[in-house]
Amino acid sequence: MAAGRWIDVGRVEDIPRRGARTVVIPGGDEIAVFRAGDDAVFALINRCPHKGGPLSQGIVHGHSVACPLHNWNIALATGEAQGPDSGCTPTVEVRITDGRILIAAAATLIEMV
Amino acid sequence: MDGFTRTMERRAALPLEAREHLVVIGNGMAGCRAVEELLARDAGRYRVTIFGAEPHVNYNRIMLSPVLAGEKTFDQIVINDRAWYDDNSIELIVSDPVEAIDRAEKTVTARSGRVVGYDRLLIATGSDPVIIPVPGHTLDGVISFRDMTDVDRMVAAADAGGDAVVIGGGLLGLEAAHGLTLRGMKVTVIHLMPTLMERQLDEAAGWLLRSALEGRGQTIVTGGDTAEIVGETRVEGVRLKDGRLIPASLVVMAVGIRPNVRLAREAGLAVGRGIHVDDHMATSDPAVLAVGECVEHEGQVYGLVAPLWDMCRALADGLTGRHTGYRGSVTSTRLKVSGIDVFSAGDFSGGEGAQDIVLRDASRGVYKRVVVREDRIVGAVLYGDTGDGGWYFDLMRKAEDISAVRDMLIFGQAFALGGGAGDPNAAVAALSDDAEICGCNGVSKGRVVTAITEGAATLDAVRSGCKASASCGSCTGLVESLLAVTLGDDYGGERAVRTMCKCTSFGHDDVRREILAQAMRSIPEVMQRLHWSTPDGCSTCRPALNYYLLCALPGEYDDDQQSRFVNERMHANIQKDGTYSVVPRMWGGVTSPRELRAIADVVEKYDAPLVKVTGGQRLDIFGIRKADLPAVWADLNAAGMVSGHAYGKSLRTVKTCVGSDWCRFGTQDSTGLGIQTERMTWGSWMPHKFKIAVSGCPRNCAEATIKDFGVICVDSGYELHVGGNGGIKVRVTDLLCKVATEAEALHYCAAFIQLYREEARYLERTAPWIERVGLETIRARIVDDAGGRDALAARFHHSQRFSQDDPWAARANGAESEQHRPLSLTEPA
Ligand code: SRM
Ligand SMILES: Cc1cc2nc3c(=O)[nH]c(=O)nc-3n(C[C@H](O)[C@H](O)[C@H](O)COP(=O)(O)OP(=O)(O)OC[C@H]3O[C@@H](n4cnc5c(N)ncnc54)[C@H](O)[C@@H]3O)c2cc1C
Ligand code: SF4
Ligand code: FES
Repeated sequence: MAAGRWIDVGRVEDIPRRGARTVVIPGGDEIAVFRAGDDAVFALINRCPHKGGPLSQGIVHGHSVACPLHNWNIALATGEAQGPDSGCTPTVEVRITDGRILIAAAATLIEMV
Repeated sequence: MDGFTRTMERRAALPLEAREHLVVIGNGMAGCRAVEELLARDAGRYRVTIFGAEPHVNYNRIMLSPVLAGEKTFDQIVINDRAWYDDNSIELIVSDPVEAIDRAEKTVTARSGRVVGYDRLLIATGSDPVIIPVPGHTLDGVISFRDMTDVDRMVAAADAGGDAVVIGGGLLGLEAAHGLTLRGMKVTVIHLMPTLMERQLDEAAGWLLRSALEGRGQTIVTGGDTAEIVGETRVEGVRLKDGRLIPASLVVMAVGIRPNVRLAREAGLAVGRGIHVDDHMATSDPAVLAVGECVEHEGQVYGLVAPLWDMCRALADGLTGRHTGYRGSVTSTRLKVSGIDVFSAGDFSGGEGAQDIVLRDASRGVYKRVVVREDRIVGAVLYGDTGDGGWYFDLMRKAEDISAVRDMLIFGQAFALGGGAGDPNAAVAALSDDAEICGCNGVSKGRVVTAITEGAATLDAVRSGCKASASCGSCTGLVESLLAVTLGDDYGGERAVRTMCKCTSFGHDDVRREILAQAMRSIPEVMQRLHWSTPDGCSTCRPALNYYLLCALPGEYDDDQQSRFVNERMHANIQKDGTYSVVPRMWGGVTSPRELRAIADVVEKYDAPLVKVTGGQRLDIFGIRKADLPAVWADLNAAGMVSGHAYGKSLRTVKTCVGSDWCRFGTQDSTGLGIQTERMTWGSWMPHKFKIAVSGCPRNCAEATIKDFGVICVDSGYELHVGGNGGIKVRVTDLLCKVATEAEALHYCAAFIQLYREEARYLERTAPWIERVGLETIRARIVDDAGGRDALAARFHHSQRFSQDDPWAARANGAESEQHRPLSLTEPA
């Protein structure tokens, strides 16, 4: 793991179960980090493919989130809108090490502070 | 003794002194198992010396739990007695821990000063329990649960009687709590997480486990964070961060383990979380090996015994010249608490493409969940009936394709591989007529079929006809199969009652009835008892369930914030750009210079782009950032203003007109009555939003006849109107009745709101509700039935006791501040 490729954003417990917190990237997109009911962790750009709703504020169920603005359901693993709607939110790679959440600092996304 | 004679023969091959010397540090499960494996392969090759820190021969550590519970004695859990060491010429040095390794000299030095040379060294030092360094952690009576000494101390404490606190609701903590309970102590388990054994169990299984343990008299505190352990010299209690003090004469810390790597690190071996080993269990020094919980292999450390067996096989193969190699382990867990069956394996967090197969049987207390990805089992959680745990685990480890048995998988091995495999309808058709279909109501297959042939052609008709599937719903699938089998092509599969959502076969009213009848308190409980087909519901059922629980048992149910829509979680309305609008309450639309000044200050201080008079007679401040909300609320609170709930399925506004105090037509004090009404009803959660208005005369300036509850004042009293809506589909109110006094108007208002709260479906406003049930029904309950009216009003006032605290105040004081803060970034260590 090359230094700076992953960024530590805190412990899994820092996010409520079936909830999300955001990560503010200086000069970049806001990222929503989700913790599902079964403790799986996902990260997406915090922007709904429909009209840009903040997905971090939606209701998380299973491995989906219902957008708070117009209730589109977005799959957390792929960022894809489900059901009749179509569109996709970019996902961000996540890994858990020792209970800490690391998100990928893809160069285009994050110039590390 | 076959093995023994073989050992004798081989040993004869090479005299003891001439063999390579293997020194083992740690007389525990991995250390001794490694030696056993080695002896089984080549008994004559090594001379073995084992150092043990404990005074005992090798025993089965996992059986300490049954020893604590009084189900086994120490002698019964010994794996290798003295004779084994003697027979195999193993030198055992107990109660003398190794304190240093000299790799250059190839020696180890023990505490007693004894120095022993080695050709090969095996480190098997296991783990140390984690002790959280809260104040008081060194007091007498604070112990961990790792070895026989700990068990002896727990037994002694239990004999002295009193209360025990176990910190940590994982496998170890719960087994300790179980043993102490059986030994007569009053036990409280404090667990930091919301779910017991959260690493092994999902919420549904965790809830079942918790209920079972509570049923056995244990107190379970989840979300409990220990602040300190109190006491002079001995422990006297545990104080939580929320201020609660739990008395205790014994505190068992079972919050986790940490690989015991001190010796290895001091000897300069490569160490991460554990001692780094390769596939042959060799450390960074080829002469030094390591196995067990103290090692780290491919980034993994383990805390269970199954991986040790695999590691020891690979190790012994390596030491005897066969290099098979260790490839990591898949693990499963069972809780060893008698009478409670819990099994968990693999990864039940699923991930991309994972599907859940869930079976719940409330009457037997069973929950099974198997997670499948690409036709392979990737994880399983079983509660109550764990008989098939081994089968699932096996399928999972071998990554077998399960598509052929998928439909039957959840019913277990016997069912899936036997009988009418493949077709559930065939299996049901094969049942005898007296086979029981519905356990709750004792309905046989014969009776269900009779009901169907007599005309019950839908699930709902069967439910009302013979009661099958009408209680817990677990037999819904069976009943639907019977409908299909009996009616053939005539069965359309339709249901008369719309289900709440795709997660359940029940409609809203059935769910509410069962919540009341069974006094349910939490969402996981409802999902278990009513056989939800998904592990944690969806965005349709979760908010509805949360509301139904709130309404049924105010003050007692567990509110689930994550089941609320964002506005109710943030106590503000989300805007299209992700900012929020803030609407403070303005009682009856009346305001004051102080309130106006505070609002003006907030607008300037937080740079709000817009402040506007709403259609609800108050002011709305737009464009507030999530992070600023608590500060905005603090400022508004300071001027005496509270949340206006403009965001909630709750009481919104009470609009008034100026009324008799000022208006030349006014007949009554409409402003005053409006304010009283708002004071009585604010904060109440409802199936949908609820609006009230009071107009001082029939000119109706407050638009009371398009409100959920409207009052029109007249000379002789107050006309009460209900079911109005000025929204998408305008509906004018119905006149409910007329009353003579303000007190009666308030009383009827409370009763009407409560009837709506208890009987309307979630997200049904008063207008469609009244259209559905009919005005006459409502009149009969509120106007004609004085006793019923009083009871409804009393229930409303009771529930208001729990909801009339300003949600802004708590947040302004720092509660749940993480909801308003982003996560912070750091470079990983
Ligand atoms: C702020 C306000 C408009 C204004 O600037 O005046 C407003 C704003 C919203 N209304 Fe309204 N309504 C406002 C008064 C009304 C009124 C007038 C009234 O209450 O006398 C009505 C018609 C009366 C009624 O409700 O019967 C009204 C009927 C609706 C409806 C349709 C409801 C219906 O049953 O058909 C919705 C949609 C819904 O609730 O599903 C709605 C939904 C909304 C929401 C909450 C949209 C949403 O879900 O996000 C708007 C929030 C805007 C925001 O970003 O804050 N608003 N809305 C008014 C706030 C009143 C207050 O002080 O709390
Ligand atoms: C109460 C309890 C219940 C459990 N239940 C289960 C279960 O149901 N299922 C399951 O899979 N696992 C269970 N476990 C975990 C299981 O016991 C461990 O995974 C296993 O014992 C690890 O083996 P080990 O040899 O690595 O460590 P240990 O068995 O702890 O052996 C290490 C030994 O090394 C000794 N030692 C340490 N340092 C030195 C030194 N410097 N010199 C000499 N000796 C030293 C220690 O005293 C200890 O005796 C349980 C554990 C406990 C405590
Ligand atoms: S219409 Fe409204 S303002 Fe006019 S008299 Fe009646 S109550 Fe007063
Ligand atoms: S912006 Fe997400 S559903 Fe419309």
